[in-house]
Amino acid sequence: MGLRRTLDRLEPHFLKGGKWHGWYPLYEAIDTILYRPASVTKTTAHVRDGIDLKRIMITVWLCTFPAMFYGMYNIGFQANTIMAEMGLTAVEGWRGAVLGGMAGYDPDRIWDCLWHGAAYFVPIYAVVFVVGSFWEVLFAIKRGHEVNEGFFVTSVLFALICPPDLPLWQAALGISFGVVIGKEVFGGTGKNFLNPALAGRAFLFFAYPADLSGDAVWTVVDGYTGATALAVAAQEGLPTLQSQLTWLDAFFGNMHGSIGETSTLAILLGGVVLLVTGIASWRIVFGVMAGMVVTSLLLNLIGSETNPMFAMPWYWHLVLGGFAFGMIFMATDPVSAAMTEVGKLWFGALIGFMVVVIRVLNPAFPEGMMLSILFANLFAPLIDHAVMRANIKRRLARG
Amino acid sequence: MMKPKELLLAPIFKNNPIALQILGICSALAVTSSLRVTLVMCVALTLVTAFSNLFVSMVRNHIPNNIRIIVQMTIIASLVIVVDQVLKAYLYEISKQLSVFVGLIVTNCIVMGRAEAFAMKHPPLPSFLDGIGNGLGYSAILIGLATIRELFGSGTLLGYEVLRLASNGGWYVPNGMLLLPPSAFFLIGLFIWVIRTYHKEQVETVEYPMAPNTQDLSAERAPATH
Repeated sequence: MGLRRTLDRLEPHFLKGGKWHGWYPLYEAIDTILYRPASVTKTTAHVRDGIDLKRIMITVWLCTFPAMFYGMYNIGFQANTIMAEMGLTAVEGWRGAVLGGMAGYDPDRIWDCLWHGAAYFVPIYAVVFVVGSFWEVLFAIKRGHEVNEGFFVTSVLFALICPPDLPLWQAALGISFGVVIGKEVFGGTGKNFLNPALAGRAFLFFAYPADLSGDAVWTVVDGYTGATALAVAAQEGLPTLQSQLTWLDAFFGNMHGSIGETSTLAILLGGVVLLVTGIASWRIVFGVMAGMVVTSLLLNLIGSETNPMFAMPWYWHLVLGGFAFGMIFMATDPVSAAMTEVGKLWFGALIGFMVVVIRVLNPAFPEGMMLSILFANLFAPLIDHAVMRANIKRRLARG
Repeated sequence: MMKPKELLLAPIFKNNPIALQILGICSALAVTSSLRVTLVMCVALTLVTAFSNLFVSMVRNHIPNNIRIIVQMTIIASLVIVVDQVLKAYLYEISKQLSVFVGLIVTNCIVMGRAEAFAMKHPPLPSFLDGIGNGLGYSAILIGLATIRELFGSGTLLGYEVLRLASNGGWYVPNGMLLLPPSAFFLIGLFIWVIRTYHKEQVETVEYPMAPNTQDLSAERAPATH
């Protein structure tokens, strides 16, 4: 293998005393992406499974693919539908030039929709990946730790929760905040107490509220506006929403939204793999679901004459906004979630409770998944502490 | 005894009241969204700290120990009332924007902290200089915060347009986050990071040391064992 030989020839330069010693993390990252690391455990090991951080991260990354490809298709489908209604036949600018040679703008053709969506998603993902890797590598070199595969996941999750029409400089700013302030200042992967992708998204949410608050739809066609499903439900009530959008449409994802969040079905496809492999904790997912169902049933019972959101049933909460995406991919982040098994249930339940509370009771924000996960992240250490104290108490009482 | 120059300059970077002593954070978050308001606040706080230090130090040998806080508070409160009245008389608009925060200088931790920690133990002149110095340290951080927050948050400096906003036909899209008080937390954190990069003696010892990182992985590995 020529590549292996080249890497081996270069390696001494990166080891201690070599001329590029400072760049070792970068070399190590490239080497271990291409080849299995040669380092092995030297002491007696208790092998339960060959899974490591690298394989976990790659699995999560692959699990986002259904949501990612459906998201691209959906951006294109929504855009092409609107363009057909408005009588537009082509997109302006560089995207139009690229698309012109590849595909048309027919909303009924999957190919056309996928390419149209890719013209928006791929630049966002590329910018997020390049800018984020820059910070990741910079800190790895300065701090002398390894470049971590966790960034694959952070970057794809961040790109998927961005609106498709997000300006690229905002994408760069958001991921910079997420990686540097959300993760690296606390010591890097494994030491962050917030989900870095969500921290970056929250930064954009508060920095540019006019574009990102989530009450008007995100679409890539200029000059088209409309209210998001959650905003319609909050202002005009569920019957109006149901006349525009059926539950199955919402479940399959035939609506506007952030790139990866629209199709609950596609998200659950990835989610099943994560749950079966045990990478995402079923306790957290169950907790989020249970917290949401119980809270929304309770609010259904209480009822309200002025606020139509009280009447929204739990199965609508599930398919609208970022609930499904947050539940499967964001809440289950093993670093920022609670660590104890009982704590995970409480952690999930807190998210489920908060998301309904924000959506229904807070008139300022139509969507609450991001904020409730960040909120629960802050409480995770406290939940763990309480669980451990309770355990110690119980065992002491046992004598 | 410290030299006068040291008394004046040490609090700016070496012993900054906000960045090292972590005092006076509340007003640092609240008043820094516009530079003009911040400058007035800085002058007010520097004067109050300096003169409260001076007066507390002058009477320090006559204050019974168990009522010293009350005496300090009386002196500080009187000074704050003077500042507040002057602002209302001459800078009414800014005094309205500063609203409650001028009054809250009374409870500003820096003023109390310096009166208690320095002025009670030192003669009047060094105390006065220490007050000025700490006011300058506070001002250095606040002016830095306000410059960044006003420039990138609303595209202006001291009210003059610097970055033309997209809504006025320019190119700059203002960052609304910087107009919210929590952004000052991030910025203060970044300032502390920068200061501690140069003044490493400010870094606290780690409470719970972590296992060594993989820093010397490259040294441990025997070359070419594939």
